[in-house]
Amino acid sequence: MYSRLYKTIVSAPPLLWVGLFLLLPYALIFAHSFWAVREGVVVHEWSLRNIHTLISNPVYFEVLLRTMRIAASVMLFSLLLGYPLAYYLSFHAGPRKELLYQLVIVPLWVSYLVRGYAWKTILGSTGVLNGFLQYLHITQQPVGYFLYSPFAVVLMLTHIYTPFVFLPIYAALEHIPRPLVEASQDLGASPHSTFFRVILPLSIPGLLAGATFAFVLSLGDFLAPLLVGGPSSTMIANIVQSLFGAANDWPLGASISVCILLITVSLLFLTERVEKRWSFK
Amino acid sequence: MSDAGSSSKQAVAEAGVPLLEIRGVAKRFGPREVLKSISLDIAGGEFLTLLGESGSGKTTLLRLIAGFEQPTAGELWMGGGRLDALPPYKRRVNTVFQQYALFPHLDVRDNVAYGLRVKSTPKSEISGRVDEALLMVKMTEYAATRPSKLSGGQQQRVALARALINRPQLLLLDEPLSALDANLRKEMQGELKALQREVGITFLFVTHDQEEAMALSDRIALLRDGALEQVASPREIYAHPATAYTAQFIGQTNLLRGESRAGVVTCGALRWSAPGPDGAVLFSLRPEAILLADGAGTASNEVHIRGSIHQQIYGGSSELLEVDCGNGQILRVRIPAYGPLSGEHDFRFSTADAIRVRGQ
Repeated sequence: MYSRLYKTIVSAPPLLWVGLFLLLPYALIFAHSFWAVREGVVVHEWSLRNIHTLISNPVYFEVLLRTMRIAASVMLFSLLLGYPLAYYLSFHAGPRKELLYQLVIVPLWVSYLVRGYAWKTILGSTGVLNGFLQYLHITQQPVGYFLYSPFAVVLMLTHIYTPFVFLPIYAALEHIPRPLVEASQDLGASPHSTFFRVILPLSIPGLLAGATFAFVLSLGDFLAPLLVGGPSSTMIANIVQSLFGAANDWPLGASISVCILLITVSLLFLTERVEKRWSFK
Repeated sequence: MSDAGSSSKQAVAEAGVPLLEIRGVAKRFGPREVLKSISLDIAGGEFLTLLGESGSGKTTLLRLIAGFEQPTAGELWMGGGRLDALPPYKRRVNTVFQQYALFPHLDVRDNVAYGLRVKSTPKSEISGRVDEALLMVKMTEYAATRPSKLSGGQQQRVALARALINRPQLLLLDEPLSALDANLRKEMQGELKALQREVGITFLFVTHDQEEAMALSDRIALLRDGALEQVASPREIYAHPATAYTAQFIGQTNLLRGESRAGVVTCGALRWSAPGPDGAVLFSLRPEAILLADGAGTASNEVHIRGSIHQQIYGGSSELLEVDCGNGQILRVRIPAYGPLSGEHDFRFSTADAIRVRGQ
């Protein structure tokens, strides 16, 4: 057995880290959300003024709704890309599996910003995509809608988060014992039927984990709207950023943050419940 | 099909056309030749065991019949049709897998019903047949249980019910008892045999355990390095092994290496007359065929041995003796429990019990 002293020494750094950089900031944000700002200075007066502002001004609700719509689209598209990819790799890639797996992972090594700027050069009015379309005479004028639109944000975030969706689904598919697939076919189920009766149900925990990744990460994203989004696709995190920055209204920013946090935590709680229902050990 | 057609077909079946014909089936994985041109017929209602060491190709042969692998050469025929051209889900063959492969997300009832559901059987029929199948394997009270909550023996029963409910023409069993402890294995052997008689379905059973094969089978097909060594009933294969490998794999034996000249065989100190061409010979002599013969005479068709007890191993109802016949020739002798023995003794065996075998 380990001594008491040893346990204390080993557990102190992580506990200190969590306390200093996680719990303390959360507590501060939580406190700020009930404080107010007067003449550019935060005053420590407890009130529900921020909540009232959020409810009474429809802009915040609109942006939050748009953010959730974008996050849901990103989740949907990365599932539509990530699941078939993971399924193909796990069940049909054969000896090329390792190589393809690395290829899916490689984009994760490239900085988020670089990938964002890459989309800017692809989608811009003098960008690769517009140039190509005009070269083929499909369009006569550059299409402005490609860049600075919610479409661009969804496209960029889908590109960035698809590997995050792919990974847990792939892991779940790899964990399905292959004799189960053989047993299903042995009992008369076609490959199609086997997929829906055995493979899909057993990969639901991975699917949920991937979907949660895509949704939660998109929900808090502020760089994609900044780089490729434009004013029509401002997301909730952009509002928080400007409230903490230029607008200098920390309490209001903090109360929005608490709202987002509540949404995220209840979502995680929910998916964990569903995941438990679908895991069998 | 017309009545005449179906009745003539039935007549053919009754005349003893095999249910499954394995015709020159070979399987190669890259450079490795796992099966070398296997030909074997399996009759309807038979309990046939594929016996062999690990790596002998028995599981591969089973997987070829189930359809999980394709043969490199040869054909499989079942009930007058080509079997190897069908995907696994169209074959009237079901498998009990080694680790049972029960669906973890379905309870016992849904596991058993699986085969009927995917074939869109009417709901009313499914319910009745599932009840019947669960009753047959005595698992009715566990219908709503998930497989992870079941013991190995119970999972085994569910796997059997899940396969048998489809009324396959042929049931494949891939070492289904190997994951069970010794006592349960013995119990399940008995149940399996009774079940097979009850349902009358042809069983093709794979095992590496020769005792299990002897206890269960109508016929044993012994596989060695991807080729059939011998196919015979348990009694036949034990009493008349064709090769030295068979004799050693199934039960214990003494392999006597010697020479035959003018109808007389000489193996070390032993000599007896046996017809056959001149040259090197190999005989298998089971330890229990050698009898203790102190003070008794030796008949004309018997061989007399005088040897000293080298070692004695007590085994409850019997004892195993290692007898030194001189020149370092050791014979293993199994006699009924007798009591401590030492020094020189007389033994005898009937020449009919020395079976000439092929082998190195």
